[in-house]
Amino acid sequence: MTTLTRRPALLRWLFIAPALIYMAAFFGYPLVRNLLMSFQHYTPTTYFTGEAPFNGLDNWRAVLADPLFTDALWHTALFTAGSLLGQFTIGLALAVFFSRRFRLAGLVRAVLLLPWLVPMVVSAVVWRRILDQEHGVLNTFLQAVGLTDGGVPWLSSPSVALLSAVLVNIWIGIPFNMVILYGGLQEIPRELYEAAALDGARPWRAFRSLTLPMLRPVITVVLVLGFMSTVKILDLILALTAGGPADATQTLGTVTYQLSFLRLDFGQGAVVGTVLILVSAVFAVLYLRANRADFGKGK
Amino acid sequence: MLPTPARRLRGAWNTAAALLILAVLLFPVYWMLNTALQPASGIAVDWFPSDPGLTSFRLALESQGRSMLTSLAVALGAVAVCLALAAPAAYGLAQSALRGGRSVVFTTLITQMVPGIVIANALYSAYAELGLVNSYLGLILADASLGLPFSIVLLRAFMVSLPGEVIEAALVDGANRFTAFVRIVLPMSRNALITAGLFTFLFAWSDFMFALTLNTTDDVKPVTLGIYQFVGAHVSDWGAVMATAVLSAVPAAVLLVVAQKYIAAGIAGGSVK
Repeated sequence: MTTLTRRPALLRWLFIAPALIYMAAFFGYPLVRNLLMSFQHYTPTTYFTGEAPFNGLDNWRAVLADPLFTDALWHTALFTAGSLLGQFTIGLALAVFFSRRFRLAGLVRAVLLLPWLVPMVVSAVVWRRILDQEHGVLNTFLQAVGLTDGGVPWLSSPSVALLSAVLVNIWIGIPFNMVILYGGLQEIPRELYEAAALDGARPWRAFRSLTLPMLRPVITVVLVLGFMSTVKILDLILALTAGGPADATQTLGTVTYQLSFLRLDFGQGAVVGTVLILVSAVFAVLYLRANRADFGKGK
Repeated sequence: MLPTPARRLRGAWNTAAALLILAVLLFPVYWMLNTALQPASGIAVDWFPSDPGLTSFRLALESQGRSMLTSLAVALGAVAVCLALAAPAAYGLAQSALRGGRSVVFTTLITQMVPGIVIANALYSAYAELGLVNSYLGLILADASLGLPFSIVLLRAFMVSLPGEVIEAALVDGANRFTAFVRIVLPMSRNALITAGLFTFLFAWSDFMFALTLNTTDDVKPVTLGIYQFVGAHVSDWGAVMATAVLSAVPAAVLLVVAQKYIAAGIAGGSVK
């Protein structure tokens, strides 16, 4: 590591302090406040009286007894697992494909980033139109080629809506997975493949015994980052289904929003938020473990 | 190696496959544009805009033009706040042997994992007490948090590799620490600053959650919130909704064309969204 000149530690901390204070206010404070609020009776009356009395485990009991919470937990698990599986598999396949050298490869790879850069709520609105049961172009297409008779109720049937949300989120996440995995693939020395080919390894064998092991650190980072961003998704679901139909797409994120900002029971919202933090914290530990290798290299 | 006919053929097949993948994955983007270009297309939409018109875009600008300006102002404000905090912090952290520096970098990484809705939950009550609900300043400060950890990590990784001798020389010539930072470190970090700024802009421009939760009136309404409400209210006029969608995707498209190299650098530099 190069040093940017030695200087008194105090002076350096002056450079760091503003960012630290800001992070304390915008990340640290919400974490603590959220935990406290989960034990408080925090409702619209609070804004008149200014009082939010502590009510022990009342909020926790109420939320945990609500079947909506259990459903949301389950939906979140399905949504996250399904999204990661789809994004990662397709992202990896595309990364491998675009590692070949052919005309326009770089250009097409760049343009494929677009879905990831467009605001998520905008993508969700566009998909809501595409998935419309009667006028959506997906059903028009499926019927035209004879794959379905009637329109599939993509967003209006409780048994299909969560799957639709997963499909849309896979679409959103493919570019990110592809770009990071593509970067990882470029780091693998080409000679290894030549050596493997000399040893008579067929492409699939080379992929399994060479590519996947060499790519493992990158795979870990991609999956953990994907988990972190998927588990808390709100925009996509609100704009696509608003948690419906019949709460079929409620997740921990949407329930937190609903309890706090629609039912205005911030204490109960804080309970679900705290559960969301706990789930994220488990994976934060994994992330830091995955990142430790980078720190070692003095990055 | 000279391209043999077989090799060339395989290349052509690959290009064809790539274009097919592109067509499938970008179909929603095409459909957004196609719907926007077919005015009064309440229900039936043709596969191609045979008779394209800009009526929908006029409607979109009329109803959402103000929101787009709000988004622009908020996103630029967030970039300013974020870079003003991140650049000095990254500089301070880029130097070795700072006691506690490593834990700050760790903390920075962890903050990227705090769910936004949790932040909004606590921030709302704090904002209510401070009078920051429905204010540009409140939204700018909240949106700056979307890019800050990312910017610190990215800028620090860049500044670590700056040659210390140049700054050393400036200090010998009588510059103080702060002027050395402003006159030498910042200009040398230009590309990394642009990358961090672009991503912060995109994060803030895309923000929906803070826009939704920290605003109870229409005083401060970014375009993400605008299109969300638009869908609720005017779901019959999909042409105008899609035109708004197209307009709100413009920054992404522009950056993809103009700033491709920075986008690639940002994603490679440990990007998180």
